[in-house]
Amino acid sequence: MADVSLREVTKGFGNTSAVEAMTLEIPDGAFFVLLGPTGAGKTTTLRLIAGLERPDTGDILIADRSVVGETPAERNVAMVFQQYSLYPHMSVRDNLAFPLRSPILRTPEPEIARKVGEVAEVLHIAHKLDNKATALSGGEMQRVSIGRALVRKPEIHLMDEPLSSLDAKLRADLRVELKRIQAGLGATMLYVTHDQIEAMTMATHVGVLDEGRLVQVGTPREIYENPVSLYVASRLGLPRINALPADVFAGAPAGAATIGLRPENIAQGDGKPSHVVRVEHLGDQTRLHLSLDGHAIVTLTDVHSDLTEGDTVAIQPRNALYFDASGDRI
Amino acid sequence: MAEIVIQNLRKEFGDFTAVQSSSFTIEDGEFFMLLGPSGCGKTTTLRMIAGLELPTSGEIFIGGEEVGQKRASERDIAFVFQMFALYPHMNVRGNISYPLVSQGMPRAQVREKVAEVARILGIEQMLDRPVSGLSGGDRQRVALGRAIVREPKCFLMDEPLGALDAEFREHMAEELRALHDRMGATTVYVTHDQLEAMQMGDKIVVMNHGVIEQFGTPQDIYDKPATLFVAEFIGSPHMNFLRFSSRIEVGATSVDLAGEQLGVPAVQAPFEGEMVYGVRPEHVRLSDVSGYRGEVIATEYLGTTQIVTLRAANGDVKARIPSDQPARVGETVGLAFDGATVTLFDAEGGRALPTVLNEGVLLHG
Repeated sequence: MADVSLREVTKGFGNTSAVEAMTLEIPDGAFFVLLGPTGAGKTTTLRLIAGLERPDTGDILIADRSVVGETPAERNVAMVFQQYSLYPHMSVRDNLAFPLRSPILRTPEPEIARKVGEVAEVLHIAHKLDNKATALSGGEMQRVSIGRALVRKPEIHLMDEPLSSLDAKLRADLRVELKRIQAGLGATMLYVTHDQIEAMTMATHVGVLDEGRLVQVGTPREIYENPVSLYVASRLGLPRINALPADVFAGAPAGAATIGLRPENIAQGDGKPSHVVRVEHLGDQTRLHLSLDGHAIVTLTDVHSDLTEGDTVAIQPRNALYFDASGDRI
Repeated sequence: MAEIVIQNLRKEFGDFTAVQSSSFTIEDGEFFMLLGPSGCGKTTTLRMIAGLELPTSGEIFIGGEEVGQKRASERDIAFVFQMFALYPHMNVRGNISYPLVSQGMPRAQVREKVAEVARILGIEQMLDRPVSGLSGGDRQRVALGRAIVREPKCFLMDEPLGALDAEFREHMAEELRALHDRMGATTVYVTHDQLEAMQMGDKIVVMNHGVIEQFGTPQDIYDKPATLFVAEFIGSPHMNFLRFSSRIEVGATSVDLAGEQLGVPAVQAPFEGEMVYGVRPEHVRLSDVSGYRGEVIATEYLGTTQIVTLRAANGDVKARIPSDQPARVGETVGLAFDGATVTLFDAEGGRALPTVLNEGVLLHG
């Protein structure tokens, strides 16, 4: 396990720049999640660290050693892809043992057996060790491919949306699982995803990417409560933050162009009248879709609220976030 | 526009029963969800309404007319599939016009109709573009346009948003619902996504293994699940299930779990044996004074709230609590449950036991 640093790393493909002057510190033992939409440069960053891409400029350090000139194998990193790629003709045991049998590592067989047993235990697949890899469910296959990364104790684990091909229930279970395993092993992890729930629930550090640039790094709570820009504010939170012209409500600071209101930060009862457009009863929460001076607003209300379409509700902001014309936080 | 009545509808494929004797009514103008996991019979039910499958027995009324054995083309419905099949050699206008042109409608009228539909869907500017260059969302809008333009009696949709990515799906779900509110056409919508069903539906039918588990409004199904299956399928995280064995009498307002009295809505019928105490995560609180205790095994930050997983005597419990309330992994804390919201289940049969909470709801099950 080790620190990983990126220093001013830039990578382009033809005319498109995928990663721009990225400087990033991943501390030892961190669960670092890179969050961003498709095309933000998440996967390219991961591939640069893995050695599957070479940076145009800048330096990459693993445990204070520059690795730019090294092959992927020399870097001692482990990567888990979105699509589990197991060897279909091998048993689960052999799939897990495969990285340890690499000629570079020369691990003795009893040692391999011990490590495989350990990891299988942690991932709850010990009873499936002698199954063919193809005789597993999707969730089990993905656990095996995560396990194959874990047996090696590399400097860093690189994970590229490993849960995105699984169904919702399994994804929720594996989120808790993965976090537990990472904390238990003290492993350093770089995990890329476009799923904000994964970022919020698992990360010790979140890095938000926008078109190849790292725009904010912090704990999930810092990013959620204290976003540096409207872009970052809209990456976390469901339903998404409401962005309205700043003058819709009185009290905006000078230079504010946009007021950002999280759905839970809208008080009902006093303030400006708005119209109820639609009420969504989601069970654990009820969402109100409102219209205020022609602006659409989503807020939450009492689960058994009897508000209906066409009603009028007075609303006012609470803990509003303000942004200037370029979207930066004021 | 039409009411759809399904009576004792049944479908067998050889030895396999896909849909077992289902009955329900879809009211005129309703946005109606058929919800369940894959293989539950929801798509087969939809295809029978469409006329793409013929029922083994039972009846289907669309607008008062029995159509069970009629051909799809005689039913005046429009079907939107998960994989939007557009004509690749035609432009957007050609695709949307197609159903009208093939009916022999005069050109001028077709133009007018297509323009109106394009305006409703917000795709006016792309009418003359080829469909091959469009994004997934725009293609689905075009597919919708082709369904809407005919003004059928009802729309049947089979996971129309299933192929879109999560963020866009949310957006399209809102758009689709808003479109329905403007047009008011009866819509039957198949999905396996419980959130989509809760978000868009006026009513939901929950199916499992070809059987209707429950039929009702989203909030009723959430608050008063008729079976363990429904309680687990609806809600994220799903309802907590604490297993215990006891005997309950009519009028009881608490049950004994691991020596603690936990509140329940007044019981309406006696029961003895294995039961499940079902409580939603948002109705669990951490409370120092409670004698029912659990060890914190995980916490998940979600912004204003967090999900805390605890290990208790009768099983794991997830609690949705404010994120500023401290909960440390390893700590043992007291758990309090909002007894008025609890559902008790017969652990073996999986059916909810009658209490004052679910009175009246279970009869529909």
